[in-house]
Amino acid sequence: MEIQTWTYILVAVSFTLYIGIAIWAKAGTTSEFYVAGKGVSPLANGMATAADWMSAASFIGMAGIISFMGRDGSVYLMGWTGGYVLLALLLAPYLRKFGKFTVPDFVGDRYYSQTARIVAVLCAIFISFTYVAGQMRGVGIVFSRFLEVEIATGVLIGMGIVFFYAVLGGMKGITYTQVAQYCVLIFAYTVPAVFISIMMTGNPIPQLGFGSELVNETGVSLLDKLDGLSEALGFKAYTSGNKSTIDVFFITAALMVGTAGLPHVIVRFFTVPKVRDARKSALYALIFIAILYTTAPAIAAFARTNLILSVSERPYSDVPAWFKNWENTGLIQFTDKNNDGKIQYVKDATKNELMIDRDIIVLANPEIARLPNWVIALVAAGGLAAALSTAAGLLLVISTSIAHDLLKKSFKPDISEKGELRAARIAAGFAVVVAGYFGINPPGFVAQVVAFAFGLAAASFFPAIIMGIFSKRMNKEGAITGMVVGILFTASYIIYFKFVSPENNTSKNWLFGISPEGIGTLGMILNFVTSTAVARFTAKPPKEILELVDKIRIPKEG
Amino acid sequence: MGNSQNSLKKYWRKNITYLAILLSIWFIVSYGCGILFVDELDLIRIGGFKLGFWFAQQGSIYVFVVLIFIYVILMNKLDKKFEVDED
Repeated sequence: MEIQTWTYILVAVSFTLYIGIAIWAKAGTTSEFYVAGKGVSPLANGMATAADWMSAASFIGMAGIISFMGRDGSVYLMGWTGGYVLLALLLAPYLRKFGKFTVPDFVGDRYYSQTARIVAVLCAIFISFTYVAGQMRGVGIVFSRFLEVEIATGVLIGMGIVFFYAVLGGMKGITYTQVAQYCVLIFAYTVPAVFISIMMTGNPIPQLGFGSELVNETGVSLLDKLDGLSEALGFKAYTSGNKSTIDVFFITAALMVGTAGLPHVIVRFFTVPKVRDARKSALYALIFIAILYTTAPAIAAFARTNLILSVSERPYSDVPAWFKNWENTGLIQFTDKNNDGKIQYVKDATKNELMIDRDIIVLANPEIARLPNWVIALVAAGGLAAALSTAAGLLLVISTSIAHDLLKKSFKPDISEKGELRAARIAAGFAVVVAGYFGINPPGFVAQVVAFAFGLAAASFFPAIIMGIFSKRMNKEGAITGMVVGILFTASYIIYFKFVSPENNTSKNWLFGISPEGIGTLGMILNFVTSTAVARFTAKPPKEILELVDKIRIPKEG
Repeated sequence: MGNSQNSLKKYWRKNITYLAILLSIWFIVSYGCGILFVDELDLIRIGGFKLGFWFAQQGSIYVFVVLIFIYVILMNKLDKKFEVDED
């Protein structure tokens, strides 16, 4: 069967599954809508968290980025997994014990302040919108490549599906569709990797395969081969780094801490019945995430090797079919600078003739490795699952923020349960439409602002929550000043280098050599220092707050 | 042991000790082996991997999983001992 037929079948089957689950898991109360009635098992929550967390960027983009960055790609691998250790040990169990619906709930209650709550709500909404626009774009790209429809049509289909199960099912619907989406995406991600690993090294486990000997060159390990190929073309050895150590350090830290501070991830731990379950589901979540994250660097190394071997110095007239397919989408571009009819793919920009968009590494990998058509189609279904699951989680945070944090807790406290549920549904619908708009008309800065989301989460939420749990001395004056200082510093640094004067965005102009991607770490440190200093010179938090802190520190009072 | 203020203080102190130990390992493995000393470790090889590269792209992630696993076990025991578990 044709790739396209396979893709239609797999996408249709998976979408029907998601819709079926949504109808089965319709939310009837605000508690079900916001936190799935706190009745999700740790295993299901772990899977849902993993699907929620792994976005189109993880699924489609990450292996490609690593493929082009080599060892430095570890900032994403460690950054986006190490944060779960912080989540499990420092946040999840205590926030579950706190037992309300949202992160702004915690910040508002613990710091006995509407101002703190509003600051937190605005951060949550901003972070989530930034993120969700990228997801919708991912849906559009997958549709346009595999089903040959316009990107806009793809985005509209995606919006329709998400609208259906997010608006109808709320957190309950989202959770169980995410479980299904995790299964689809992890299967779609690992199957091609296993195939390619066997083809190249004979080892069926990709995690071991990319450190094994090559099938057709005994005695040479894949990574050594790749180092050699890279160096011959003028690139740095694949297993060595380009970035400065301090920058790698700060970016990794910003991503880890940012992960632990992202509202759509934190809120997942509000959905389990017990404190113990919150810890356990963090463990499951990381195991499920680790399966993809340890496979990604293997795919990156396989794809890079395959790519160089199949295009370098090859006559243009003789390129494989996938090359032409992707050329049509504009994601591969070839200009024969020296008119020799062959493809020169080298580091030197004046001689390099090939431009490859890194996003296609995962999408084109099965074609490059000449895997069966159904495997190629599977990748499309997996990419859609990854994008839709993350989009749904983010949309829920936005709708909860509007209906619960702003409406119920700030402006209209007397709203009825039914009214709040209706408001939440309307807000979710509204958020889907806005996200879809940005997916069809992506602002040029979508890619740029991802650094924003993590940096802001790291510099605002993380310190405020940690201090709220671990320091009884922390008061509202300290927490608010800390969040504001952290956000202002991080935002101005990123805005300056990304938007005001991008031409100065080079390592010699950076503060201590830290790039905008890593500056959230410094913002976080500033937040900690400022809030501690301010708290020292202002009044202690009231007695009932100290009791609240005592309460969240233990799973159950006697 | 009852739920007196004193025993809760002990519970919390024990919890902090666990966190300190586990997070130190977390830091050493990721920031130490994967970033700060990656070039030194690269001189050692296991199979086809340079050790520093392996920690940066594989090993650290496995250690993260193990750390949370140990934390779950330790805390479940601690909860039982101080009778603050939820059953």
